[in-house]
Amino acid sequence: MKPPFEKLVEQHGGTVLRVCRVVLGVHDAEDAWSETFLAAMRAYPDLPGDANAEAWLVTIAHRKAIDVIRARKRQPAPVGDVPEEPSVLGVPGSGDSDLWQAVAALPDKQRQAVAYHYVAGLAYAEIAGILGGTTDAARRAAADGVRNLRKNYPGATTEGAPA
Amino acid sequence: MNISPDRFASSEDPETLSRLRHQLGLAAEAQGLLDVAYTTIDSPVGPLLLAATPQGLVRVAYDVEDHDRVLAALAQRISPRVLRAPGRLDAAARELDEYFGGRRQVFDLPLDLSLSSGFRQLVQRHLPEIGYGQTRTYGQVAALVGNPRAVRAVGTACATNPLPVVVPCHRVLRADGTNGGYVGGPVAKQALLSLEAAA
Repeated sequence: MKPPFEKLVEQHGGTVLRVCRVVLGVHDAEDAWSETFLAAMRAYPDLPGDANAEAWLVTIAHRKAIDVIRARKRQPAPVGDVPEEPSVLGVPGSGDSDLWQAVAALPDKQRQAVAYHYVAGLAYAEIAGILGGTTDAARRAAADGVRNLRKNYPGATTEGAPA
Repeated sequence: MNISPDRFASSEDPETLSRLRHQLGLAAEAQGLLDVAYTTIDSPVGPLLLAATPQGLVRVAYDVEDHDRVLAALAQRISPRVLRAPGRLDAAARELDEYFGGRRQVFDLPLDLSLSSGFRQLVQRHLPEIGYGQTRTYGQVAALVGNPRAVRAVGTACATNPLPVVVPCHRVLRADGTNGGYVGGPVAKQALLSLEAAA
């Protein structure tokens, strides 16, 4: 039996928002969240009753985020010094801007694998389904991502992360 | 320092999420995706769940019916596209507030009776003909719908009324003058009858 869509928003809204923040940064995360849940609501009646709703939502968020990343890359790169450009990554008041910078600096695949495994708690097999490629490749991307984060953000560990 | 989900949360999350959820309701409504909108209101007979399809008010539920179960049933029977989106229920909430305040005797709301069918729906369509402050027996309602022997079936139709208060099954009593059963419980039925008798 399929629960009311409101239950999905209630149970997974926070996780999807954090995933969008990690993949896209704070600035674009809210639009991606909104587009994810609208698209999910549209498709929800066709979702099989036994599907993993969180993995499904993260898959949709992944596609929405790719759209945003592509749109960004089409925009002309800034030329020369742009000293006062506001960061798109800060979490106001979090005091964690170094971590966000380090996450933003990761290659797309690594950042996505880190977000889907360590933030959404998805298994590597599920992440492979989202990113394409093998389960091992997904595991490697997450491991490489964490290694890069440790390098650029000393003190980062994977303590408390899903096994 | 660790890369746990909490590292990517912020103290603004609850606020941000509630704003995003509100916007989702508006966008879903605008795009025609909101098959069932609901809200809950406080009333003198306890919290009431109000749910509406684009056709109209489809469900009013008492607390004793268990709102989670009612929403699960709506997802099953109508559509799983169910969101808390109070906007669609504004008129219903206002009219109920006026009713409980003694300032309204007739509800003027589009209703969606699709949760009932056949004889039950026929009875529920006729119930608003029993005016505010009046009562009928189950037998009289059976006669009203042209089937005077269907007294028990009228009882079932009242017991399964998906729109209590708005569709006034509380105005139907036993022939011996006692109140009979009620979907919201005997206390709620008596409260509504007393409210209407006082006007």
